[in-house]
Amino acid sequence: MNMNICVCIKQVPDTNRIKIDPVTNTLVRKGVPSIINPFDTYAVEMAAKLKEEYGGKVVVISMGPPQASKALKVCLSVGADEAYLISDRAFGGSDTLATGYILAGAIKKIEELEDLKFDLIFCGKQAIDGDTAQVGPQIAEQLGLAQATYALDVSCTNDHTIVKREVDGGYDTVLVQTPAVVTVVHTDQMPRYATYSTRSEAKKKQVHVLSSAELSELDLAQCGLSGSPTRVVNTYTPSVQKLGIMIEGSSTTELVDKLVGILDDKRLL
Amino acid sequence: MMNTDIWIYIETENGKALNVGYELINAARPIAAQKNSKIVALVVGKNILKAAQDAIGYGADSAIILDADEYASYSTDAYAEAITYLINKYDPETMMFGATTNGRDMAPRIACRVSTGLTADCTDIGIDEASGCVRWTRPTFGGNLMADIICPERRPQMGTVRPGVFRKAEFDPTRKGNIIDETANIHIDPEHIRTKLLEHVDVVAEAVNLEDADVIVAGGRGIGSVDNIHLLEELADVTGGTVACSRPVAEAGWMNHNRQVGQSGKTVSPSVYFAIGISGAVQHTAGMQGSGTIIAINSDPEAPIFDIADYGIVGDLNAIVPALTKKLKERKL
Repeated sequence: MNMNICVCIKQVPDTNRIKIDPVTNTLVRKGVPSIINPFDTYAVEMAAKLKEEYGGKVVVISMGPPQASKALKVCLSVGADEAYLISDRAFGGSDTLATGYILAGAIKKIEELEDLKFDLIFCGKQAIDGDTAQVGPQIAEQLGLAQATYALDVSCTNDHTIVKREVDGGYDTVLVQTPAVVTVVHTDQMPRYATYSTRSEAKKKQVHVLSSAELSELDLAQCGLSGSPTRVVNTYTPSVQKLGIMIEGSSTTELVDKLVGILDDKRLL
Repeated sequence: MMNTDIWIYIETENGKALNVGYELINAARPIAAQKNSKIVALVVGKNILKAAQDAIGYGADSAIILDADEYASYSTDAYAEAITYLINKYDPETMMFGATTNGRDMAPRIACRVSTGLTADCTDIGIDEASGCVRWTRPTFGGNLMADIICPERRPQMGTVRPGVFRKAEFDPTRKGNIIDETANIHIDPEHIRTKLLEHVDVVAEAVNLEDADVIVAGGRGIGSVDNIHLLEELADVTGGTVACSRPVAEAGWMNHNRQVGQSGKTVSPSVYFAIGISGAVQHTAGMQGSGTIIAINSDPEAPIFDIADYGIVGDLNAIVPALTKKLKERKL
């Protein structure tokens, strides 16, 4: 049994290291490193594991600017066999609906180019910059495939995939008809590291680039801004109106007495 | 006349409604009032008539139900097909889902099928004055940035909204509303359901309802070890509060993930929030800054939590928290 898996990844700014400029109150993106969306690294690891177990091919794809090919290169050194960058100015400004449309079109094209059919399409459960968790299900819808979101573990039988899903308060075990789209939360083990030899193997490989010219079956009216039904009308840093009173005192008793006094005065408890 | 209905999806589990659906009914009321819209509760499941009746009591004008075996356990395929059918039949102007696991699983699928815009995981909703559209507000970039999003042209305009951000209305048993049963009008071909639930396992022994807590006592990495959790529990006992935590505490395994507050946990808005040994990373504050009064106790005077606190105490929580608990206990007597 062979498992051909496509993994969709995104290069994102490390949101843990984003700071707010205290003067302009805007996001400081300068100097913030680009990383592979952490959930996507788990998806790549899950795909690499399945390949080891069942055989097959792992193709990693990303939609983004040319520099995103760096992230794809990294994936080539941790288990991916082929990498495709989907990049075109016409794709810029896409919301999740347009992104799902473009990625689904690219996946169909890659099946043609690689002469294979994907059994599974993996995405991270969400990207840490947008946090929408919508692109995976929308790829599934565009391709007319079953979906299983929030996966913790995936195993396979002949024509089915068994997915352990993280749900509120526990987990579900779900039988899913393949081909299917699976979005990944995490895996039991940390994603593998590249070694010297996997890295030099990856260096020899090329990241294939697909633009709107190669993806000629895409309707450009459904891509980018024109294909995006949502509009961002305003962005701002979260503002909080708080009293900001520091309670001062020389002893624990004094501090606590003052706090309880305030709680009582304001009838807070 | 153009349809201005606002649909609220009422998620159910074993026939029982989750709170978030009722919260969204209440959240939609100011929009409905301004746009002269009707609020319609959409309830899909098995034995869900009571959940629909209750939706009226919580403020919906009417309800549409699908009550059949094929909806007894959630599946993306059955739910997406059924709800798409109803959207196409009734053409609502707006549709909201709770941003739960299932809500965020099906809403993108449905939005894609009807080719409309969907805004994920909103923490506020209102009206965009310029366009008259629903203004969907959501945190992005890990909670560092807020974005207002509209869907100007396509309908329905759709969004998923976080549980616990809004409060449900007082239940009014005298409210009346029509309940339309659509069950007989759509059947899902079993072949269309491509997933099958084999097993559900509850990992969590106890149910925790942070979203409805009036007082929350939350601990962060500063509590130092699992052995100090009792300090939080004792303060929660005396204040009638519920214990919660920040991400590092959940990740260290000191508390269960279902008590985690923040961007990757729950969003809460209690009247009083004690932040104890919590530094105040945006990751955490994104989930609690809507609290009524925030009281921060931290040994680091530079901790960002003090920037969003109403009252702050710099000091050793191991001394202050037990003293506070003791004082409150004495006062009660």
